[in-house]
Amino acid sequence: MSYEGWILLTGSLVGISCGIVGCFLILRKMAMLADAISHTVLLGIVGAYLISNSLEGIYMLIGAAIVGILTAFFVQLLHSSGVQSDAAIGVVFTSLFAVGVILLSLFGGKVHLDTDHALMGEITFIPWDILEINGIYLGPKAVWMLGAVLVLNLIIIFLFYKEIKISSFDPDMAVALGIPVLFIHYLLMGMLSLTTVASFDSVGAILVVAMLIVPGATAYLLTDKLSVMLIISALVGVLSAFAGYFIATIFNVSISGSMAVAAGVIFAITFVFSPTHGLLSRWLARKRLQNKSA
Amino acid sequence: MSETLVSIWTDANTQWVLIGTLLLGLASGLIGSFALLKKQSLIGDAMAHAALPGICIAFLIHGAKSMSWFIIGAALSGLLATFFIEKIIKLSRIKEDTSIGLVLSVFFGFGIVLLTYINHQSKGNQSGIDDFIFGQAASLVGADVKLISAVAVLLIIITVLLFKELKLLTFDPQFAQGIGLPTGLLNGLLMTLIVGVVVIGLQAVGVILMSAMLITPAIAARYWTERLDHMVIIAGAIGAFSGVFGTLLSTTTKGMPTGPLIIVAATIIFLISMVFAPKRGLLVKAIHQSRLRKQVAREQVLQTLYDFTEQEYVQYKVGNGFHEQQIMKKRPISISMLQKVLSSLEKEELVRRTGDALWCLTEKGLTEAYHITLRNRLMEVYLMNEMTYAHFNIRQDQSMDLLQLPEKVLTELKQLLKQYGREPLVLPEKMNAGKRSYHRYASIGGK
Amino acid sequence: MNSVTVENVTVAYHRKPVLQEVSFSVPEGKLIGIIGPNGAGKSTLIKAILGLVPRASGNVYIYGKPYKQQRKLVGYVPQRGSVDWDFPTNALDVVLMGRYGHIGWFKRPSKKDVEFAMSCLEKVGMKEYANRQISQLSGGQQQRVFLARALAQDATVYFMDEPFVGVDAATEKAIISLLNELKAQGKTVLVVHHDLQTVKEYFDWVLLLNMRKIAIGPTEETFTLENLQKTYGGRLTFLNQQHAIVNQQ
Repeated sequence: MSYEGWILLTGSLVGISCGIVGCFLILRKMAMLADAISHTVLLGIVGAYLISNSLEGIYMLIGAAIVGILTAFFVQLLHSSGVQSDAAIGVVFTSLFAVGVILLSLFGGKVHLDTDHALMGEITFIPWDILEINGIYLGPKAVWMLGAVLVLNLIIIFLFYKEIKISSFDPDMAVALGIPVLFIHYLLMGMLSLTTVASFDSVGAILVVAMLIVPGATAYLLTDKLSVMLIISALVGVLSAFAGYFIATIFNVSISGSMAVAAGVIFAITFVFSPTHGLLSRWLARKRLQNKSA
Repeated sequence: MSETLVSIWTDANTQWVLIGTLLLGLASGLIGSFALLKKQSLIGDAMAHAALPGICIAFLIHGAKSMSWFIIGAALSGLLATFFIEKIIKLSRIKEDTSIGLVLSVFFGFGIVLLTYINHQSKGNQSGIDDFIFGQAASLVGADVKLISAVAVLLIIITVLLFKELKLLTFDPQFAQGIGLPTGLLNGLLMTLIVGVVVIGLQAVGVILMSAMLITPAIAARYWTERLDHMVIIAGAIGAFSGVFGTLLSTTTKGMPTGPLIIVAATIIFLISMVFAPKRGLLVKAIHQSRLRKQVAREQVLQTLYDFTEQEYVQYKVGNGFHEQQIMKKRPISISMLQKVLSSLEKEELVRRTGDALWCLTEKGLTEAYHITLRNRLMEVYLMNEMTYAHFNIRQDQSMDLLQLPEKVLTELKQLLKQYGREPLVLPEKMNAGKRSYHRYASIGGK
Repeated sequence: MNSVTVENVTVAYHRKPVLQEVSFSVPEGKLIGIIGPNGAGKSTLIKAILGLVPRASGNVYIYGKPYKQQRKLVGYVPQRGSVDWDFPTNALDVVLMGRYGHIGWFKRPSKKDVEFAMSCLEKVGMKEYANRQISQLSGGQQQRVFLARALAQDATVYFMDEPFVGVDAATEKAIISLLNELKAQGKTVLVVHHDLQTVKEYFDWVLLLNMRKIAIGPTEETFTLENLQKTYGGRLTFLNQQHAIVNQQ
């Protein structure tokens, strides 16, 4: 596959993984927790490097998953000790992120990670960091990592679809039915952390947030069915990746930033023109109603 | 190290930088307190991230690095982001958290796009905009710091002057509107203040962590006081200290961004506050809790024994004491706790062992248990009729003893007790003038 | 046989008791109204029975066995305001959630489950709305969907939290006839209710609750002025109006 093809594939995998996981976060009103975790995985990555002394993907995944779940746990802990939830999120992610940045500045010289990379990712380098087994060329490592996480996400969602759905819609009912709501919560947090860290290398911390939230929000305005929402969200993610890549090559700017902008533009168009929940259609419906009653 | 420290104290620019971060910390602590109480902590986060494209556009228009242009650009794009966040919530079914995250990340993404564009245009990092991401206080020059300080002082003055209006706005906006305060205007003002403090903090703290300057000092201060005016002052002090501390550390360590150090300093103060603050701190609470638990267990055991005694009394029978299992079935108490409580009660001569794991009250214990039971049952009827007696406000004030209530109310409550059939029936010997005495106490316990 | 037995249930938030040593038993096949003033702990009682709020003490038995073993026998209708009706799902899907307890892990609802859910929707007169997004339903229709979901649970004991709040007259009637139908099938239904006017008409048993259990039993014996006074306490002006209700008929 061409250089360009690998980048587009990587971007699409990020779009699909984030788009799918993001839907559940939006429906559970935890979008800001996504923001928080996408920042704190930096600490997980740096920590994993400092402990294992290697930049292998697997260590990073483990480190990020641990820190991601810790973030969710700390937020919960602060919240239950009386700190209001928005402030709890704010305190936890900024402090863990700050520690991550400090560690990176202190030891970053030895790592090929730097702060810019952490923020923006380096999708342009992805095709060069390849996986070879017994001398057989298997494509970029990032693609394998993202693919594995995506498959894992899909398996989890497939297996626990109805449990995730009911505990998102009506947690009380879920508890009454005997569904372990807390387990589902941390399962989602784990998926979120893995997805974030797998995407992190390609698109960076902040833009993971864009890919997590924007496609889901767009899909939320286009459909009233959860399964359809997941599919639309994944499609919007892929579309953002493609559009972002082409914008970036035309203007010679950051690819990941352009993906976020593309996602934003798609959302803005949906916000106005969505046939069911768009500004325009609702305005027209109201007009029609007024005319009828007049 | 000591040399650099000396140079800090003598270098005029560094002194200015320190004054700047001090004022910045003060202003963000003050304004952050209001943002926190208005539950708008994360709006500050969105504004800070959203400032990045504004800074870049300002650079593109002006063509050179200029603090005043940066501040204007950042403020405009921050306010625009807030506007979008509010409109998205209002005009669609999207909820607040999603709206904030969406606007924040798209604006930031656009900022990154512009940043890479500028960096490619101006060959390398000539623009100095990179410093805005994590903050680099050392890169501030005299004129910038003076501008930042001036804006910070202005924000502080506005906050102090409008303190009571802002207080009312955060506490009870409806009431504020009722007494004719222009709440829309005040809300806008608070937003402007938040934007103001965010934009002047960007150079020192950076867009990503600026929100912590608003949140962390304020939330730390919340542990030390119940009063808004004190909270605002403490938050300001914590902010100022963190600002100075972070700046000092960052200027002495090469290549260390200022923002994260300031935030870590503030977070450490927050953690200390959370654990050690008097009254609200976790440690005090834990001590209080364990003391309370012991006291509650003691009262529960006495009351349970009383309940059992009462049951026997009503049925005209005397058993051979009450089994530990029986108590545990009635009250949520662990066996070890129960035995601890019973043995300490035995030492106080309030209970007596009547057999293997069998216990009964002594006459002295009965008196004590009677009062506990009376108080609890009075509390019960009080709570059941809370609406009628709401003006006594017992629930707010845990220390208030029901037996201290006005005589008239107490009589009423006792009347109600009788009506509900919840009057404690077994009276201690002294109070039991002429009534049937419970003979366990008449014969054995009385001695 | 007693369908529900509640033993010594105490619930407290911090130190303040919300429910104090509530114990009662309910025979099978009764329609029970749980009545009491605001803040008396009516919803909390249901939630404590279902394990949605932690109990400080006490036990709950359904047909003689602990609740946890009998979950499948229990249906629940929460307050309508407790969920986000913007959730992307339709009425049929919500009703199908009632089947989740029976379906078990990893499995999807079968065709039979869907048919059953449809029949439940039909029973509440909502069959035509099966594919309607839930936010496009009126308050009464949303309540009916919740009821259908409880029916889909195919339970023997039902707990309903304020099902009559904010519904239209037609829905109220529909709910009542449904409740009577359930009773006729020998099922037990406990309903949190706050409208004293309709108690005599709707329920054959009442549980009067104000932090403690005040009284429980057949409506004509239990729903007396004296018990109401105990339940509603000093709010005598209010009770004077109710006086007429108790004495009418």
